[in-house]
Amino acid sequence: MVAPALVFFFVFAIIPLGIALYLSFTKWDAISDPVWVGLANWPKVLSDPVTINALVLSLKVIVISWVVQTPISLLLGVFTAGRQRYRAVLAAIFFLPLILSSAAIGIAFKAILEPNFGLAASFGLPFLKQDWLGNQELILYVVIFIIAWQFVPFHTLLYQGGVRQIPVSLYEAAEIDGAGRLRQFWSITLPQLRYTIVTSSTLMVVGSLTYFDVIFVLTAGVPSSGIRILPIDMYVTGFSANQMGEASVMAMILVVMGLLLALAMTRLTGFSKMASQQEGL
Amino acid sequence: MTLHSRSSDARTSAHSRSRLRTTAVAAGVAAMLVGAAACSSGSGGSTSGGATLWGLTGTDQDNVLAPSLAAWNKANPNDLVKATYFANDAYKTKIRTAVGAGSSPTIIYSWAGGTLNSYVKAKKVVDLTSATSGVKDKFLPSVWGQGIVDGKTYAVPMNAVTPIMFYYNKDVLKKAGVEVPKTWDDILAAVPKLKKAGVAAFSLAGASKWPELMWEEYLVDRVAGPQAFNDVMAGKAGSWSNPGIIKANTMIRQLVDAGGFIDGFASVTADSNADVALLYTGKAAMMLQGAWVYGTFQQQAASFVKSGLGYTTFPAVAAGQGDPADIVGNPSGYFSVSSAASKEQQTAAIAYLTKGVFDTGYTDRILKSGQVPPIKNLDTKISAAGSDFGVTVYQLTKAAPNFQMSWDQALPPAQATALLSNLDQLFNKQITPQQFSDNMNKTIGQ
Repeated sequence: MVAPALVFFFVFAIIPLGIALYLSFTKWDAISDPVWVGLANWPKVLSDPVTINALVLSLKVIVISWVVQTPISLLLGVFTAGRQRYRAVLAAIFFLPLILSSAAIGIAFKAILEPNFGLAASFGLPFLKQDWLGNQELILYVVIFIIAWQFVPFHTLLYQGGVRQIPVSLYEAAEIDGAGRLRQFWSITLPQLRYTIVTSSTLMVVGSLTYFDVIFVLTAGVPSSGIRILPIDMYVTGFSANQMGEASVMAMILVVMGLLLALAMTRLTGFSKMASQQEGL
Repeated sequence: MTLHSRSSDARTSAHSRSRLRTTAVAAGVAAMLVGAAACSSGSGGSTSGGATLWGLTGTDQDNVLAPSLAAWNKANPNDLVKATYFANDAYKTKIRTAVGAGSSPTIIYSWAGGTLNSYVKAKKVVDLTSATSGVKDKFLPSVWGQGIVDGKTYAVPMNAVTPIMFYYNKDVLKKAGVEVPKTWDDILAAVPKLKKAGVAAFSLAGASKWPELMWEEYLVDRVAGPQAFNDVMAGKAGSWSNPGIIKANTMIRQLVDAGGFIDGFASVTADSNADVALLYTGKAAMMLQGAWVYGTFQQQAASFVKSGLGYTTFPAVAAGQGDPADIVGNPSGYFSVSSAASKEQQTAAIAYLTKGVFDTGYTDRILKSGQVPPIKNLDTKISAAGSDFGVTVYQLTKAAPNFQMSWDQALPPAQATALLSNLDQLFNKQITPQQFSDNMNKTIGQ
């Protein structure tokens, strides 16, 4: 049963990874044959201010995205796991962005944020008339907002599932002991959600690291320096500038960073030990 | 690229192996880096049947290629040409991978320039010099010349001439009491007047980056003449530090600082035609854009085209070395023939390129759509087509002492990408003209 999955993984993950590693030691314009240049690409890419800028931007996206998305998804998840009457309707609305494709989201936000014909002009709201996608300080936060808008529903779903797994008996016991709702949240819900938080955070961090599609659509494929995060920088280097060797170096950096982050998160949080949170129940 | 210096024997024996490896590598990288990029399999790789061709959707397909090929295939059953059509951006990525992997269509479409050079260097396209010797004289020499690399013809024009035009909104200028600028000083004087009237002087699709390049190309030409960019193309060390280029960039910054471009221009995109809309809705008075947007004006604002749209050439710069009659833009689209195709396919392709492309029907269809074919002696035909715009474009093209191909097409891709990114930072005031030149000097030779 495991063979097809292994073959798939080998063909679509391991082999391309090996090829990218090989290409990172070559100079290749995608037309002629690759030329072996040894380690030359690595110092060149790692000392390039554009790459360093891309790394810093990527880290910013990771950290800020996590800080923004985690509390919102957690609270929404707890809320939608409840039994209130109006919950189902609100939950359905929260989940809408989840069913939209990234390309559609990119195109929609591009139109909405257009300074002369977009939202600001349509509703006559001057404070909305900002240079959202052109201001190099602003665009990063615009993108982080869109990412949050797109992915909070997914993480909310994770937390909703997590909360529903918590045994009701814990809350009943707490209520008998006189714990209020806030106390129950801090002492029962949050600790019980520990592994959900790790799962959600890992997906968020690795997802932010490799985030690409909405930015690509939003910037019409020609990203400004303010939003040229690592995956975008890799694409532009590889497929616009046709410097496949340099782009492969960036691909390897992305792979290593992704692996390290995922490993670190599971290690540091004790996720890999898979200790039970419900001992004694 | 230095691989091609090894002995020809070694190359022959290594050829099939390296081609297999290149194919695998191309497929692997595409799959890894863009996931779905390799979704549609190349239909161009087959070596039986007629020649194959990949064209662009839109005007190219509707007005030019589809009707031409229908007529051609009916009349020449022995030299069939089968076409597949792609969107512009998708095509650009796909064709490079296909050419590199040796599975390109027989007829390769390109914008000549740096891309064609890399095809020639890698021996991916065939020499068409003798095959096209009979037809080359009917083309405008400045346009035909772009298909020549190292003295040999590798590509033939297949499309309309589209120089960059200086468009303006007659009503907006009139209301603000501003004449159509004839010099750079006129432009600077017009900006505060137009601002007072509540409109922006210039519409600019800064988010797309390449419309910013049009300003750079014209100003460098007007200030320093064609030689400044020719030096860059020749790869001369430090050629971006030419005082003319630094002066042109200082002028750009001057116009940005004066608020010459519409507020938030860095968020305006060209692919949604927002820049065009700014002009015909009267939010901006003038715009520098390609001749191809004339069709967009016609589609979206037909009545504006009749009464309100004006167009001319880029203003002169006082004491500049460039001829004010020089133009920049896209001379044409070009067709080359793949060296990986079978003999039979190459024969069919060459027959179509020499007899089918720009036959009478082909030329007439382009004229009828309001565009200008790069063909000599069309004055009467263009006048008869009744498009004043067409006449203007044709006159400008014929009279131009120098027709500079858009820099991002002319330069090798690595330099073109760096150019757009640095220019964007110049317009956004993140770097100075001096830093621009320093950054670009580092890309020479890449």
